[in-house]
Amino acid sequence: MQGIFIFMEIEIILKTKKDTQRLAESIARQVKTGDVIALYGELGAGKTFFAQAFCRALGVEEYVSSPSFVIMNEYAGKFPVAHLDLYRLAAEEEIYELGLEDIMEQRVTIIEWPEIAQNILPLQTIHIHFKLDGDIRIVKLIRT
Amino acid sequence: MNYFKILAFETSCDDTSVSVIDSNYRVFSNCISSQTKHEEFGGVVPELASRLHLQNITWLTQLALEKAGTDLVGIDAVAVSINPGLIGSLLVGVSFAKGLAYAINKPVIAVNHILGHLYAIKLDYPHLEPPYLALIVSGGHTELVYFSSRTEFEIIGRTRDDAAGEAFDKGAKLLNLGYPGGPVIDRLARTGDPAFVAFPRGLDRRESNDFSFSGLKTSIRNYLSDKDGSFISEHLQDIAASLQAAIVDILIKKTLRYARQQRIERIVVAGGVSANSYLRERMQKDAERTGIELFLPALQYCMDNAAMIGAAAIEKYRLGDFAGLDLNAFSTKGLRLL
Repeated sequence: MQGIFIFMEIEIILKTKKDTQRLAESIARQVKTGDVIALYGELGAGKTFFAQAFCRALGVEEYVSSPSFVIMNEYAGKFPVAHLDLYRLAAEEEIYELGLEDIMEQRVTIIEWPEIAQNILPLQTIHIHFKLDGDIRIVKLIRT
Repeated sequence: MNYFKILAFETSCDDTSVSVIDSNYRVFSNCISSQTKHEEFGGVVPELASRLHLQNITWLTQLALEKAGTDLVGIDAVAVSINPGLIGSLLVGVSFAKGLAYAINKPVIAVNHILGHLYAIKLDYPHLEPPYLALIVSGGHTELVYFSSRTEFEIIGRTRDDAAGEAFDKGAKLLNLGYPGGPVIDRLARTGDPAFVAFPRGLDRRESNDFSFSGLKTSIRNYLSDKDGSFISEHLQDIAASLQAAIVDILIKKTLRYARQQRIERIVVAGGVSANSYLRERMQKDAERTGIELFLPALQYCMDNAAMIGAAAIEKYRLGDFAGLDLNAFSTKGLRLL
């Protein structure tokens, strides 16, 4: 498929945690170093849970805890994994200071609250939007 | 070797802090950027950018030395937090500390930030010695650690997702209470009913000593979704108290349960969340009832500060555990050093 520009947008309903895990696992099977997953959604929408399941699927054995406070946690799995939360960043400039571009090149990168980084994310980022609707989660997956 | 002074640096997250402390755990100065006004920068509260640590670290060092009534000649070692934290921020402290130590020809001591939180208790209780159980709760950490001796410890439990302080912050955000959430929830909760909403206690029924706070966000969101604005503002104190109870109850329950099971007689609580008044009062009451002695740091040493980094470095100085000038910072979690 290399060299072909693919745009994909699908909507998935996740009813249980198991559903979220399955989605995370199927995406994890397809990624390689340099790939970026951007996770969108309100507090409690399920971003961190997805990130945990995704990291586990990539062979990360440590607990994957929230990176909100320290901005970035790093793990060693099948690939080096970076788990970021940009919630506390106020300006795009701070993302450059963080060295996000270099980080993304050398790892599989999962980014929560990626809105502020839109100009920096690689073209082929997998964007996943989470929306909570009662007990179910509606997930929109966009691959550019 | 018996008496020495340490110049300590802490730059792991938002605050730049520099402290001078001696081998008797006496704090001569403990300057923190967000609390200290500086003419040139007008008391800027540093954001995440490491650039701001860079702007702050020199004048804070001068101020810390000045307040301590000493100069660099009076310093016997330089201590610095090297992990965990924001890598760019940590690097500012590590590089500065190494440069300074090289210039004055004194050793560098590398300190784990979480260990620093634990040693904060020594600033108020210099003679407190292990064994004890320590609960470290802050915006970035939630860990239950058993210290069997001065140099041996074991991590008994930890959060599997959000930290306790983060649960306060994000809960406050969902209630539109601003950031940081801890102090405002603490204040509102004083006049609220903690049993008003039964928010879930993460991993409550499990034997595990781990914590989980991420489910709380979803549950708050769901609770608020069918309430109107006037109901929420009328019961804001009750909701805040219920949220606080959900976080604090499980922290206390698991800490005390482990202490009783293992017949541990002393508990230390440290980190930013240990400033929470409900946690302090409840823990004190419950500990007393079970005959456990509780040690809480003074409020000024609960938040990130360099004095606690210096306190953790004292033991390492005595052991001759110095870092080389190839010392690096790293962002990863965990308690590796001692």
